[in-house]
Amino acid sequence: MKTPSFRETIRHLFWILVLALGLSSAVVALSGVSPWDAYRHMLLGSLGSWEKLAQVFRVWIPLTLCSLGLLYTFHIGLWNIGVEGQVALGAVGATAVVRWGLGAPSELVLPAALVGAAMCGGLWALAAGLLKTQAGVNEIFAGLGLNFVATGLVLWLIFGPWKQPGIASMSGTETFAEAYWFPGLAGWHVSPYALGATAALMGFTAWMLRATRLGLALKAVGRNAQAAHLLGLSPSRWMLLAMLLAGALAGWAGAYQALAVYHRLIPNISSQYGYLALLVVMLARERWSMIPFIAFFFAALNVGSIQLPMMLRLDSSLAGVIQGSLVLAALAVQGMAWKRSKSS
Amino acid sequence: MEAEQIVVSDGHVSLFVASLLAGAAPLVLAAMGETLTEKAGIINLSLDGTILLAAMASFITALKTQSLIVGFGVGALTGAMAAAVVAFMSLHLGQSQVAVGFVITLMTKDLAYFLGNAYARLPGPQVPTMPVPWLKDIPGLGPALFQHTAVTYGAVLCLAATWIFLYRSRLGLVLRAVGENPQAAYARGIHARRVQFGVTVLGGLLVGLAGAAFSLSVKPGWGRPQGAEGIGWIALALVIFGGWHPLKVALGAYLFALLQMLGITLQGLWPSIPSQVFQTAPFPFMIFTLVFMHLGERPEMERWAATRPWVGRLLRSLRARAPQALGRPALPENPL
Repeated sequence: MKTPSFRETIRHLFWILVLALGLSSAVVALSGVSPWDAYRHMLLGSLGSWEKLAQVFRVWIPLTLCSLGLLYTFHIGLWNIGVEGQVALGAVGATAVVRWGLGAPSELVLPAALVGAAMCGGLWALAAGLLKTQAGVNEIFAGLGLNFVATGLVLWLIFGPWKQPGIASMSGTETFAEAYWFPGLAGWHVSPYALGATAALMGFTAWMLRATRLGLALKAVGRNAQAAHLLGLSPSRWMLLAMLLAGALAGWAGAYQALAVYHRLIPNISSQYGYLALLVVMLARERWSMIPFIAFFFAALNVGSIQLPMMLRLDSSLAGVIQGSLVLAALAVQGMAWKRSKSS
Repeated sequence: MEAEQIVVSDGHVSLFVASLLAGAAPLVLAAMGETLTEKAGIINLSLDGTILLAAMASFITALKTQSLIVGFGVGALTGAMAAAVVAFMSLHLGQSQVAVGFVITLMTKDLAYFLGNAYARLPGPQVPTMPVPWLKDIPGLGPALFQHTAVTYGAVLCLAATWIFLYRSRLGLVLRAVGENPQAAYARGIHARRVQFGVTVLGGLLVGLAGAAFSLSVKPGWGRPQGAEGIGWIALALVIFGGWHPLKVALGAYLFALLQMLGITLQGLWPSIPSQVFQTAPFPFMIFTLVFMHLGERPEMERWAATRPWVGRLLRSLRARAPQALGRPALPENPL
């Protein structure tokens, strides 16, 4: 498909926004609330103050990490639906290191926790990859099945071996000692180190996909696996590598959730960011440069929607409706363009 | 755990079978819908969210109109509409079925929670049991098989109807031909895309009924979570598990319900472990089955199975081939 011109892109964007806003507004109106009120509360709830903005960035970090990971698997044509589980396993890995490394200085434990998280997330993704390449299980079902298993594993840990002394509850494991919290800066509500690391990983991913052999190989296999095979590329090996990288990045998202946000392992540690990241990458049409902005917008919707139950007695899932209708509208507009180019 | 608690008497078995049949009913409906859709070459990945949206819509409708029939009708319509979006976007706008289905499943789920919020935890109408006269009095068998709601009977009927439709009707033949090779079907004068559209909507209708069956019969009411979460994915996996054959797919659905019930029993043995852990148990089982199906096609496995007749039989029964055109989007070169 040819790349659309600037004017076309703007026109597409316009229609996507019109369609998505129309759909979401209709849904809000259906629930008996003025859409204007809902959007206003969401905007104020996400960008209304520095503290709220920091909240948005706290969501932006894991969401961007997951989305960057998905770029690798999208490029090679894999539907890595298992990101959720990879995030959860990353959190489990980080928690395990913190629990077992008790007493060691945090300068040692925290890097080890990051390594552990990347390894756990990566291996969990690798399992789905192996099921796909070696055992012929469609990656959608392998990833999805492993998501459910990961949920079970986290719950078992929270209620079994890692339960709080005396009681086991849905509130999660014991809070980590403060020394093992991901470091922040006084006066900042979100760790600037984590923000910097995410930005650096963004640059790294862009470089990997655009300027290295890996990027070329992923693209080649993704476009035509058979042709790539004839050129001497092993599709399954590149698929496994792509899964490993995606899983490692998702694992870091999980580590961030455990070490910086909740300071413990909780049942819903992935907060559905894995599924949301799939939408981010689809809306970005796999372009890395769009990911930070779309992830920011989606994060703002998520944070802003927390206001809805309090202010308007609406369910906060409106954020998901808006996000979904945006992607759906984008697919529809893309399809219309395809249809026009076909008939012309 | 005391030994006498595990002793299963005749009454227990009847009860067990009865709740198994009732619990699996929505899953059977959804899986039949997806079997039809996939037989025509379309993957409708939106099941999980659609079921929830239909459950919400039919519960609220039934509550407001106090009519179960209208409730089921709205549920079916909801499912049909979601499926129509998938079919339209993939067949007419050339988008990936997987992408569209996945977005819709996430979106409809949130839509269901959003719109259903005001109706959470309200008591509403519920499908009554309809014991079959005379048959219900057969000892053991009666309580197990003939004291059910219309939903449970309906699921069995739907299973039979799907089989007859696919393998004993002309339209079923057309449908299967389209799923194997839309181009060839088109050349024979069949409007392949129209058939695919129609079947996808029909499949969605059944998926919508499955949602209604949840909120009006199996897990009555609406809330967040409703209790039907994850079922759509199971239904999708069952279609593969059953090799796109309605009878095997339905067998898988009853097997899955059995696993879930065993999970509940196991939870009684280890009460400290949260129930969600046991609810995840069928998923690894699903993965193992898929692996096993794939391994069965390898020559070394066939050699190994040759000396073990039961393994061979199991492998043969699991062997299946997907409809050839499954999931292929409408490409510019084959718009039909």
